[in-house]
Amino acid sequence: MAALTTPLRVCRGILKEIRAVKGQEYKQTLAYNYVLDQFRKNQVSSERYCRAQEEALHTSHSYLCLLTSTRLHLALHKVYHGKGERKPEEVAGLVGLRLPTQPGGKGWEK
Amino acid sequence: MLRNLVRLCNPTSYAVLKRQEGQARRSHFLGNIKAYSTAASERRKFYQDVSIAQGEDGLFEINLDRKKLKTPGGKLFTVPNEAMAIAVATEWDAQKDTLKFYSMHLTTLCNTALDNPTHRDNDQIIRGALKFLETDTVCYRVEDPPEMVELQKNEWDPVLDWIEKRYNVAIGSSYNILGPQIPNKTKDTFRQHLGSYNFWALTGLEFVITQLKSVVLAFGLIDRHLTVEQAVLLSRLEEEYQIQRWGNVEWAHDYDMYELRARTAAGALFVHLSSESSTVKRKLLQD
Repeated sequence: MAALTTPLRVCRGILKEIRAVKGQEYKQTLAYNYVLDQFRKNQVSSERYCRAQEEALHTSHSYLCLLTSTRLHLALHKVYHGKGERKPEEVAGLVGLRLPTQPGGKGWEK
Repeated sequence: MLRNLVRLCNPTSYAVLKRQEGQARRSHFLGNIKAYSTAASERRKFYQDVSIAQGEDGLFEINLDRKKLKTPGGKLFTVPNEAMAIAVATEWDAQKDTLKFYSMHLTTLCNTALDNPTHRDNDQIIRGALKFLETDTVCYRVEDPPEMVELQKNEWDPVLDWIEKRYNVAIGSSYNILGPQIPNKTKDTFRQHLGSYNFWALTGLEFVITQLKSVVLAFGLIDRHLTVEQAVLLSRLEEEYQIQRWGNVEWAHDYDMYELRARTAAGALFVHLSSESSTVKRKLLQD
């Protein structure tokens, strides 16, 4: 069985992610109420082994991973890929070169 | 009724899209194929509230303000259960000023399952998915350098052992470029097993397989033997080795990893949510 963290941590993690995208009013979202509700429903007190709970935990763990990874991916996307394509001057600048400014070189001959 | 529907024509993409097959059909309701095929484009956000509603047939719909969401193919966007509807609604709700379709993986997967842009049936998807078994990531081993050989053995062998025991099949690994010889019996077993999946679950499973480039790891994830993080790590083992050796580059390595994790997690979630039948079993109270 996959190593999973405790339900409480996953639950808090998901709520934290919802808060990260929705800000202060995150408690009014559909997801907030649904997630809390599900975690409450799946609380098991004295059962020895509960397959359904394990499954729910795995699913919620996947969801947490989805939210976290999407947020981090978007953050990186914004920094490195969010500006569209670079101009030729910028590309040249990246490797420490400059484009020729004076016409007359190769490609300009009549 | 029709006026109330929002059709997201241009940027939403499908999870798996074979362009040649899809193009002819798409062009008749779109007119602009180019706009359609760019998953990376964004669109201004045109709604404030996102809510879900249950239709008469028991399926769940997404409402953006007062309009119903539609798929790129023009169908009404419906999902089989509340959990999926809420997860999709959350994706729409999470968008700030522009709609970033490339970050809405669950929506994309639902669109794919609803519109089925490649016009395939269950058998074709199963065949397509199992083709990955012949070139499965965890079956191909390197002979050099020794640390990498050791790493692959230590990390991949346990998963391979697990799947061989779980499904009682033979897969094996290979140092040869041609890969291991997978017995037909193994493929039959998997084909039979996948036969019990519904169309939505198969769509998700194929997506996971194509992301991880491995049937073995995808099964490990879907059968809850691995977490998303573990499956992604195992899928990227060679890259992780290179990172350990040469250093990590955030804009390439981390970027790829988070994207792969997000996609894989979405795929796994999609399979689990669309194949689950939620039953509540209450404990009998004993006096």
